[in-house]
Amino acid sequence: MEPESKIRVLIAKPGLDGHERGAHVVAYGLRDAGFEVIYTGLRQTPRQIVNTAIQEDVDVVGLSILCGAHLSLTQMVINGLKEGGAEDILVLVGGIVPEEDIPRLKEMGVGEVFTAGTPVSAVSNFIRAAVSAS
Amino acid sequence: MTENFFLRFMDIHIKKTKTADHSWESLVAGVQARNIRAMARLITRVENREPGWKEAMKAVYPLTGSARIFGITGSPGAGKSSLTCEIAEELVKRGHQVGIIAVDPSSPFSGGALLGDRLRMKKIFTMKEIFIRSMATRGMLGGLSQAARDVARIMDAFGKDIILIETVGVGQDEIEVVKTADRVMMVCIPGQGDGIQALKAGVMEIADIYIINKADLPGADEVMADICAMLNLSSQNGQALPPVLKTSALKNQGISELADSLLSHPAGSSKDTLRREIQAREEILSLMENDVFRAIRSRWEQSGALTAEVRKMVEENKDPYSIVSELLQQIDGKADLFSS
Ligand SMILES: Nc1nc2c(ncn2[C@@H]2O[C@H](COP(=O)(O)OP(=O)(O)OP(=O)(O)O)[C@@H](O)[C@H]2O)c(=O)[nH]1
Ligand SMILES: [Mg+2]
Repeated sequence: MEPESKIRVLIAKPGLDGHERGAHVVAYGLRDAGFEVIYTGLRQTPRQIVNTAIQEDVDVVGLSILCGAHLSLTQMVINGLKEGGAEDILVLVGGIVPEEDIPRLKEMGVGEVFTAGTPVSAVSNFIRAAVSAS
Repeated sequence: MTENFFLRFMDIHIKKTKTADHSWESLVAGVQARNIRAMARLITRVENREPGWKEAMKAVYPLTGSARIFGITGSPGAGKSSLTCEIAEELVKRGHQVGIIAVDPSSPFSGGALLGDRLRMKKIFTMKEIFIRSMATRGMLGGLSQAARDVARIMDAFGKDIILIETVGVGQDEIEVVKTADRVMMVCIPGQGDGIQALKAGVMEIADIYIINKADLPGADEVMADICAMLNLSSQNGQALPPVLKTSALKNQGISELADSLLSHPAGSSKDTLRREIQAREEILSLMENDVFRAIRSRWEQSGALTAEVRKMVEENKDPYSIVSELLQQIDGKADLFSS
């Protein structure tokens, strides 16, 4: 098999909640869809997420947030990426997000919000379309 | 096959076109200027073998040569990532700039990979002296060690003076990767009879330092005795035995001694020279194998000669051995292109 370009995705869990299941399911699902998934586990600070995204040169950062602080955490990650010259990295948010916050997240620059229960195939299809179009 | 068969080697790789966001030149310049984003982008594009990667590596090469490369291998779950994290932190304390390459296997089914080594390295994510890159094996058939070497060189050019390469010691490809290092650490753990098992698999003898990690658990002394016995048995008379150290990545024990041992190794000893010659030889041959094969294959496919030979084999019962030896004869006839 020839080496080829792979879509690289960081799945990160900012915030203080300890629920890893959703992020696990997405990480394994995206691997099975052919992506290279960097998984860094629970309780990541925005700074840790931004550094990892830049060093790993990912195409996508998927934030799994269940703690209710999605607006501020997402804003911090997006700001950090911008400061690091990496504003072209696609940011996605998954987890528990109230309907009314979705437009606000998109205004910040989030590509899409996947609420709990979204099948992983929806996420992988979105990523494939978005990354190959850019 | 045409006259200038070999002369066309060069442009084979320039066929694929993909619009790139930055020029190779600006990325290499960015690495020299210690721009982290540029280093990360350059690594991706070299790892993807995008057209022009080799020219870029030619530009990177003169900037390298000051880094020491340490490989760390051992069975799955032995604590390689945890230990890598502790070693990196210790080395930074001693004033070093550290690059980490963490290799994990790609899934043979989907081609995807779950790269989880960073899970054990969280506390060093924000240290500016440390750059971590996860790398999937990508089924590169021997190409993995070249890719790892390229990534290490880019980190070296950036100014990392120590590069740690973590790879699980199971597949042949992974073992080839640690062989590109200046020194190799083998991580064993108590209670798994690891020493003996790995010896059978022929993995143990590549190591320069043996580590019994998880020494906070019972059984460390037994494994230590096993390993020492094994080393004694296999050592030639008068040959110094490699160090065997106990560590606990969990409790940060033995890390400073391990760092001492890693750094104490006198650079430029005769064993080093021999090792570098073996590595250089392997690298040249592997690059050549790859290029020559790809060039021949691509020319052969494009000219239609391959299809013709396939037909001869299927329809006229021509044997494949003759097909390949005839091809080789044609190449031999032009071998003088290689001299001068
Ligand atoms: N008790 C104890 N546990 C440890 C030690 N070092 C690592 N571990 C644990 O061992 C498990 C595996 O650690 P990793 O560092 O991920 O091991 P690894 O060799 O990198 O694993 P793979 O990359 O998956 O092969 C984790 O649960 C660690 O917390 C140690 O010194 N003592
Ligand atoms: Mg590991």
